[in-house]
Parts: sequence; C-alpha cells; structure tokens
Amino acid sequence: MTIATLIWLLPFPPLLAFGLIVLFTNRNKALSHTLAVGAALLSWLGSMIIFWQALRVHNFSQNPFVSSINWLPILNQWLSIGVWVDPLTVATLFFVAWTILMIFIYSVGYHNFGQPKGDHDQAGLQPHGATVNNEYGHAHKVPSIEPLYSRFFAFIALFAFGMYTLVISDNLLTLFVGWEIMGLCSYLLIGFWYAKPSARAAAIKAFLTTRVGDVVMLLGIVYLYSQTGSLSYRTIFSKEILHQLTTVTAPGNFLGLSAAGLIGILLFIGTVGKSAQWPLHVWLPDAMEGPTPVSAMIHAATMVSAGVYMVIRAFPLLSAGWVEGGSLTPAMAVMAFIGTFTALFAATIALAQNDIKRVLAFSTISQLGFMIAALGVGAYVAAAFHLVTHAFFKALLFLGSGSIIHGMEHGVLHTNEEVDPQNMFNMGGLRTKMPLTFWTFVIGGFSLSGVPLITAGFWSKDEILAEAFTYKHWIVFITLALTTLLTAFYTMRQITLTFMGKPRTESAHHAQESSWTMTFPLIILGVLAISAGWVGIPSDFWGLTLPHSWFHEFVGSTLMEHPAAVAFSWFPFLTSVVVSFGGLILGWLVYRNVQEGAVDPLQKPLGWIYTTLKNKYYFDELYNLLFVRPAYWIADTFTNQWLDRGIIDGFLHGVARVAFSIGGIFRNYVDKPVINGFGDFIGEGVKKFGRRFRVIQTGRVQQYMLMALIVAFGTLFYYLIFVVRP
Amino acid sequence: MMVPLSWYLIFSAALFCVGLFGVLSRKNAVAILMGIELMLNAVNVNLIAFWRYRSPSFIAGQAFAIIVFAVAASEVAVGLALIISIYRRRNTVVADEIDMMKF
Repeated sequence: MTIATLIWLLPFPPLLAFGLIVLFTNRNKALSHTLAVGAALLSWLGSMIIFWQALRVHNFSQNPFVSSINWLPILNQWLSIGVWVDPLTVATLFFVAWTILMIFIYSVGYHNFGQPKGDHDQAGLQPHGATVNNEYGHAHKVPSIEPLYSRFFAFIALFAFGMYTLVISDNLLTLFVGWEIMGLCSYLLIGFWYAKPSARAAAIKAFLTTRVGDVVMLLGIVYLYSQTGSLSYRTIFSKEILHQLTTVTAPGNFLGLSAAGLIGILLFIGTVGKSAQWPLHVWLPDAMEGPTPVSAMIHAATMVSAGVYMVIRAFPLLSAGWVEGGSLTPAMAVMAFIGTFTALFAATIALAQNDIKRVLAFSTISQLGFMIAALGVGAYVAAAFHLVTHAFFKALLFLGSGSIIHGMEHGVLHTNEEVDPQNMFNMGGLRTKMPLTFWTFVIGGFSLSGVPLITAGFWSKDEILAEAFTYKHWIVFITLALTTLLTAFYTMRQITLTFMGKPRTESAHHAQESSWTMTFPLIILGVLAISAGWVGIPSDFWGLTLPHSWFHEFVGSTLMEHPAAVAFSWFPFLTSVVVSFGGLILGWLVYRNVQEGAVDPLQKPLGWIYTTLKNKYYFDELYNLLFVRPAYWIADTFTNQWLDRGIIDGFLHGVARVAFSIGGIFRNYVDKPVINGFGDFIGEGVKKFGRRFRVIQTGRVQQYMLMALIVAFGTLFYYLIFVVRP
Repeated sequence: MMVPLSWYLIFSAALFCVGLFGVLSRKNAVAILMGIELMLNAVNVNLIAFWRYRSPSFIAGQAFAIIVFAVAASEVAVGLALIISIYRRRNTVVADEIDMMKF
C-alpha cells in the first residue's frame, strides 16, 4: 500500500464503524464499542505510520504527500479533491490520533461498561444507578450502564471521521465538509441526554451559534472560489494567486479591504464560531451538558482546534502582503484583537465558575484565544505548537474532570446525598481517594498554567509571549501575560478545591478511583502533556546550544517564507515564570482553607465584579435580549400573528367573507324570491287548482258525458256566434 | 228524383240524439253501451251520405265507415267484458253505483 492510499483510507474506519453500529450492532454494547475503538485504533495506527514516514522524508515541506482526483466537473474544468499531508498536517494528525484514541477508550469506562442495568434508567437521561446486593445480602447502589451506549460510540465514530477528513483535506471544500460533519456530531452529542431540557437547549444553542460562523465562512470560500477558480491549497496559497488577491479590492471597496483581507476575515469568522471566540463564545460553556468524553474530544481537543487549524492553514492568505516585523494585515489585526480579548475575557470568567467542567470550558476559550492572538501577531509556529500541546493537556484535564465527576457520582450514589457532583465546592480531599486522577490532573493543570521547564504548556505559551515581545506588540504581550497569571490562578483554585484539604461532603468522602479504562488514557495523555513540549524548546534557550528546535524547523517549513525563530530573550521568559508561579501560589493561598459550606473567598472582596464574572458578563442575557427574544418575537408575534394570521389568513378570510356575503345576496334576493318563488308558485298553483276542481271527478260516467256535452255545445255556440259570424 | 242530402242529415241527427238520450238517461250500463252504438251508427250514416253526395268517386268515405264498424265492434266487446267483470265483483250493472274512480 502506498502512502497516498493510506492517507485516503485514513478517515474511513470510523465511518465504517459508525455505519455498522447504527445498522447492525446497535443492540450489542460490547461489539459496538469494540468496533468503534478498533476503528479509532486503525486510524491511529495509520496516522502513526504517516507520521514516521513523514519524518523520514528529507525536506518534507517541499515534498508533501499529495494525491488528488477530479471530482466535480464545472464547465470545462474540474473541481478536484484530494489529500495533502505536509508538516502542519502531520503535527495535527499526531495529536488528533492520540486524543481520539484515548477518548474512545476512556468512553468505555465513562459510560460504565460492565455495570448492571439501572433500576429506572431511561434512554436520553443520565444513568441513575442500580441497586445490587453484596455477598452479605446488603443492598447498595452502584453506577449503572448508559442506556444509549452504542449510540454514543456511533456518534463519536462519525465525529472522528469528520475530524480526519478535515485534517487530511487538500482543499477548503472537503475541509468544510468535515467541519460541518463535526458540527452535526457536536449537536448530537451535546444533546446526547436529550430528555434533559438543558441539554436540548445547549445543543440547539451550539448548533445555531456555530452556524452563524459557518455561513460567513462559506461566503469566504465562495468568494475565494469566484476569485481564483480553485479551492485546493496548492493553488490558492501559491505566490501568484496571493499576489493577485492582495491587489484586487473587495467588492464595493468594502471597508477598503483587498480581496485577500475580506476572504481572510470571512474565513476567520468561521473560526470565531467553531473555536468559540468572543463574540460567538457563548455556546461552548453550555456544551458541557454533554457527556464528559464529548467535552474533551469535541469541545477541547479536536473540533474547536479545527477552527484554529483552519486559520493556521489559511495563514498565507491571512498574512498576504505582510512582512515579518511589518504592520499587520487587516485580517491579522482582527485576529490579534479578538484572540487577545477573548483570552483575557474568558480567563476572568473562569475565575468565578464553580462547575469543574465550566472552568475548563472557559479555559479552553481562553487558550484558543492565545492561539488566535499568536497567529494575529504572525507567530505561526507558536500557534501551531500551542494547538498541539493544548490538545493534549486540555483533553487530559477534561478526562480528569470526568473521572472526578465519576468518582463523586459514585459517592453520591453511595450516600444518597443531594449534592451536585460537578460543583468544586462539594469536593475536597480527593487526592487520597483518586491518586491517579490527582497526579494526572496536576500534570494537566500545571501544563495549562505553564509551569516552567517541565511542562508542554510552558514552552508553547512562552513562545507566543516571546514572539509578541520580539515584534513589540505590547498590548498583546501584556494582556496575554496577565491572562497567564489568571490561568495559573484558576487552575490552582481548581486543583486546591478539588483535591486538597478535607472532603467537604459525605459524597467526596466516599469518592472512588475510576476504572482502568478511564485512568489509562489519563496516564498516556499525562505523558504527552509533558513530553509534547520538548520538541519545541528554542535552540538558544538559556544561552545553551541545544539541538535546533525540531518543531519550529518542521512546522515552520510549511510556509514559503520560512519564519525565523525568534531569538531567546530573558524578559518574556522571566515573565512566563513569574506569572505562572505567581498565579499558582496565589491560587493556593486563597483557596487552601475553604471550609464545608463556605462561599468563594473572592466573593466578598470583589463584590459586584464577582457577580458579573459569575454571570459571564451577562452575555447570555444580552444575547437573549438582542437575538433570542427578537427571534422569538419575529417568529411568534411578527411572522405567526401578524404576517401569517393577520395578513395571509386575513386576506383569505377576507376573500371568504366577501364570497360569503355575495352568496348571501344571491340567495336572499335572487334564488329565494325568483327561482324558488317561481317553482313554488307553479307547484302551489297546480295544487290549489286541483283541490278546487277535484269535486267534478264524481266517478259517474253519465255525469262526465253530460259535462262533455255541455262543453261541446258551449264551444259550438261560441264558435258559431263569435267566430263564424253569419 | 233522388232523396236530398238534408234528409239523411236530419235522420242522422235524430238517430244521434236518440242514442245520446239513451246514454244519458239509462241506468243499465248495457243500455248505455247500446246508446253509444246508435250514436256511432248516426255518424256512419253521415259519412256514407256525404260520400255519396259529395265525392262518390273517392273511396275514403266507405273505408272510413268500415273502420268505424270495426272500432265499434271491438269497443262493444271490451265494454261488455268490463261490465261482466264488474257484475261478477259487485253484483250490479247500474252505472251510478259504479263510482269507485272518483277523487
């Protein structure tokens, strides 16, 4: 099998698994998860083979693995689709394959495979636990298996197909197809527990919000196609085309942009929706209604990363006309602003969230903002690097939080307490109960905070800060440094509240370590969350002469102008160290002594700011007021009541009423008096006549004769006297 | 010298009146039928007289008289059958008593 065939086949095992599960093995839970995990394993294996093959190719960026076929005839040319594996694809494929496989394995344990059926579990609701008798005949509650177990694996398999398709595409069209498949799966999986109204609402919100971005992105793709007649990377990112796009002005001289600028901004808005950047970030926190593996895979490691992947991929277009160190293109400026703002904005919200998954959700938004901001200031490699490391440590954190919630749910079932197993203030002291989860979560958390030297997150974040510093984007630099401080702070808050101190509820006291299918992925991802950073250590780090930064050489070579690695400088490095440790220490100091039933220690000193943060700057309320309620108003009052019932129905009713009254006039003034009257008159007249003259019908034949005689004589005389006239 | 036409007509009218009187005055249905026969024959006399005096070469007058005979005969046959039938059922032949066909 050639490498091209392998790449073509890469997305298909999960698709096959999806089809088989949906059509055939739906009832058999073990077979379904075997198929799904097996498919993920095959795709993982393929990805790893591609990865090793790619490493062995000399000067890989100039000789990427490419294969394409003619697909759609358009006039006299072909729209071709194909696969394209260059260094950026390989890096993305690496983390996608690992996280997908780990999350598939994790899902087996998360959905309680091997546990008994629930006492009164229903399809579409979270499992509520089953009662079992132990060997002493003592009844107690244990977690029960998910009722729609097979369905879950079918959906995540379809999702994996979408992600692989997106990554290996050589054109924006199939990328968009994968993008939309993931959007659909995201909708289906957020609403996986569809009997919960909040899950339904979250699914619809996610779907509609990302749709806003997708439509705009499609506009960008269409405009790009109309300008260049092609969507494949090789063509649209070639020098001539890019030059042509920068010289053409946007239609109607829109905001004074060039075509490249307009397309770049349109494509970027797609990313804003998919990667949950402000102002389309509102769906991601609500998406935490889905099962935790979904949060980890779709809403942390892969789908939201796909948005960033797309803009990294489109970076030549976004930065067309930009020279390193020069002024930013409009698209880059927009990205720098949105990314930086989102990073800080989401990090502040994360400070005041109590739901363990919501903190991570806002953290994800914030970190994606980092990547966007990095791209905005031209730090192409740093963005890609942070994308990879973030996928590992955020998937790890989400899976860890799932494990924590799982342990807490175990405690809740055991004690029959009425507590929220996701609220961090109900936890505490879990480090002894769930040691594996604790250590891996700490690794993930430290990587997220950017603990210097050992964690992956440090290297990638430091590179972003260093680039912002070197190119003198001071506002970006300061904001991102502040965000890093906040990130470390809320991460430590989370770790302290969850694992440190004493259990604050009975449930936390009875929490239990999760099964190996859940902890095994945690360990693997824990290893990756640390080691993934080593490939990007700057070559002149600390004045040492290390072997060159492999990641930078490898991924950076994707661009035509090979970006120069920024020189190591002490200031951003020390900033990284200070904000990271500072945040962690502050977090520890503030939260180490939270007692049972206590409120957040920040609530008092921050006052109304805390309330604002807790309510996410009231963005949900604002959008509710600006978009949701007007939409309802338009749908219900305007369209339904005014337009439909008022005008359209009114018109029809009016026509009916006019027809009715015309009918009435005809009936009352024509039909009844004239036609009926005439008919009745004849009938009645005949009847009256007959009644009056029937007396002559005596039945006596001689009387008839006489009458005939009289009439005959009468006629005769009449004739003789009046007619003949002698 | 030939008998003038008016004599035949007067005779015919007299015969008709006799028949008519019979029809109107007799109670017996058979007698009424006999009156009708007289009236028919008065008509026949008229027909023959007019044929003979006005258009002797044209045979229609005689033919018409023959048809009247045939009709009269069949009428009598039907009328008598009806009267017999009524007599069998109601035991009477008085015309005034046979008055079922009234309103």
